[in-house]
Amino acid sequence: MEALLHQILSGLATGGIYASLALALVMIYQTTHLVNFAQGELATCSAYVAWSLIDAGVPYWMAFVLTIAISFAVGVVVERVAIRPVAHGSVLTVVIVFIGLMLLLNSLCGWIFSYTIKTVPSPFPAQPLFGNTYVTTHEVGVIGVTSVVVLVLYAFFRYTRTGLALRGVAANAESSRLVGIPVERMLGLGWGMAAAVGAVAGMMVAPLVFLDPNMMSGVLLYAFAAALLGGIDSPGGAVLGGFLVGVLENVLGAYVIGTELKLTIALLLIVGVLVIRPSGLFGKVVVARV
Amino acid sequence: MMPVASLHAVNASRDRLLRPPLALALALLFACALPFTISNYQVFQATLVIIQAIALLGLNLLTGYNGQVSLGHGAFSAIGAYTAAILMDRLGVPYWLTVPAAGTVCFGAGFLFGLPALRLEGTHLALATFALGVSMPQILKYKRVEHWTGGVQGITLQKPDAPWGLPLAPDQWLYFFCLAVMLLLFACAWNFLRSHSGRAIVAIREQPIAASSVGIDVPMYKTLTFGVSAMYTGIAGALGAVAVQFVSPDSFSVFLSISLLVGIVVGGLSSISGAIYGAIFIQFVPKLAGDISKAAPGAIYGMVLIASVYLLPTGIAGGFKTLAQHLLVRVLRSSRQHRRNHA
Repeated sequence: MEALLHQILSGLATGGIYASLALALVMIYQTTHLVNFAQGELATCSAYVAWSLIDAGVPYWMAFVLTIAISFAVGVVVERVAIRPVAHGSVLTVVIVFIGLMLLLNSLCGWIFSYTIKTVPSPFPAQPLFGNTYVTTHEVGVIGVTSVVVLVLYAFFRYTRTGLALRGVAANAESSRLVGIPVERMLGLGWGMAAAVGAVAGMMVAPLVFLDPNMMSGVLLYAFAAALLGGIDSPGGAVLGGFLVGVLENVLGAYVIGTELKLTIALLLIVGVLVIRPSGLFGKVVVARV
Repeated sequence: MMPVASLHAVNASRDRLLRPPLALALALLFACALPFTISNYQVFQATLVIIQAIALLGLNLLTGYNGQVSLGHGAFSAIGAYTAAILMDRLGVPYWLTVPAAGTVCFGAGFLFGLPALRLEGTHLALATFALGVSMPQILKYKRVEHWTGGVQGITLQKPDAPWGLPLAPDQWLYFFCLAVMLLLFACAWNFLRSHSGRAIVAIREQPIAASSVGIDVPMYKTLTFGVSAMYTGIAGALGAVAVQFVSPDSFSVFLSISLLVGIVVGGLSSISGAIYGAIFIQFVPKLAGDISKAAPGAIYGMVLIASVYLLPTGIAGGFKTLAQHLLVRVLRSSRQHRRNHA
């Protein structure tokens, strides 16, 4: 029983990371109906930026904020330079550019920072909270940070003018343009924010798994599974899906199919959701008008 | 920039117009003479190019012609290779029989994966197939199937000798065997794409709604294309297992699937000859780049992918055709001028 509780709690912690990345995927999906393959690699790059800053002696939370700012800028630049010229091309074109970006970012990280693994410090104290044996402080911290990110995003989308404009662009770009919303600027903003949220995920996962250029490739699949499970057009669903996938991964991995098939769980989840309930738990059922 | 969809169509129609039988015969002659002029190791490399070309044509049928993006075709290559290896090693089946067997198994696997894939469009399908490609090595290493797959160690095979007492080295014989399979499969694809079904799958890529409204059974054709595409790639996997005499889970990592995508983009989407150019590219460029740095193959693949979208959206095959047309037009024009000057 104690072991199960431990699995569930640490599942919630990794689930928090999946939730952040799933949120980043959903944000880009909502504004552009694309799934960003390079999201994981962007997050890895952010983790490397954070590592370099900390290595250079910057205090952790300052490095945290700086990394988020840099990632935001990178997201905006990537959207402007690589994505916008092909945004209206065929899906294949867009996927090719995404994969190209993914490969480029991955090998760039390898080239600059080498392929040897690095340890990123956790900002949270090493001793467990209140002397409990179930969950480390870093895991509690990850859940906390994810919750803060989700609440901030919720408040942003719900209560600010810019948030409303972003939602407008997501719902109907043409009409938004007609009422005077700068659609292009909003798309850039969406990419920047997604990169920033991804950066949080990258910095939270790095202390758990060690930093190397391929750190996020598995995480991206889980995040995609989470986004699909919650409904690819539902931010709340993505967060819940993230936590669910994290727990499922841990419990199934520990008790049912073993750790060496963990990535296959993501594949099964993706295929399973698509076959049984393509709109996910909270997504809208889309009806196409011919 | 010209939308890629219409460029596909241009590529396809040029394929028909510019196919001088003479060039084809010359290429065939070259291919037959090649293994007698180079070293055994180079013959082996040429065999691998042929095998890659088959796999690329398979992916191109699905992604280039039918518009379903797959980032997990390495998985079908793995299924084909393991089918062949298990049949040969555990059941003692002759190598040439494993090729149709692998094709059949992969057709089934592709058809089955094509069913959930119907629910997915665009980038979602790409991610789901990506998940397939990523998890394949794990599945092959799984303990319960280790008895068949050999786990991490993989399976080592014997190199077949030339039959009927032909005076050929084993490498040369395998080269001709693979070349024959490739010619057969390329001819099949060429005919298939010019048939009713071939036009149907291109129509589905261009206008799915219009295609279904003229009576094309879209789900059936999409799953069928998935099956045929997996069959081609699986046959390539089986030939690869025979040629390399070794299969292991890590030779089917997701990088293989991405290489296949790079191959069809560089060679030319929706082009049959593009599969050969793409195969040459993915066979030699990463190895050359790997000598520079570990990061170089990925960086070059990334740059080539992005650059080809902007600069050469029809790939090498499309580039050659455009060049040939320009030259043809220039020659015609100058000869007309010449005649006019004389008159």
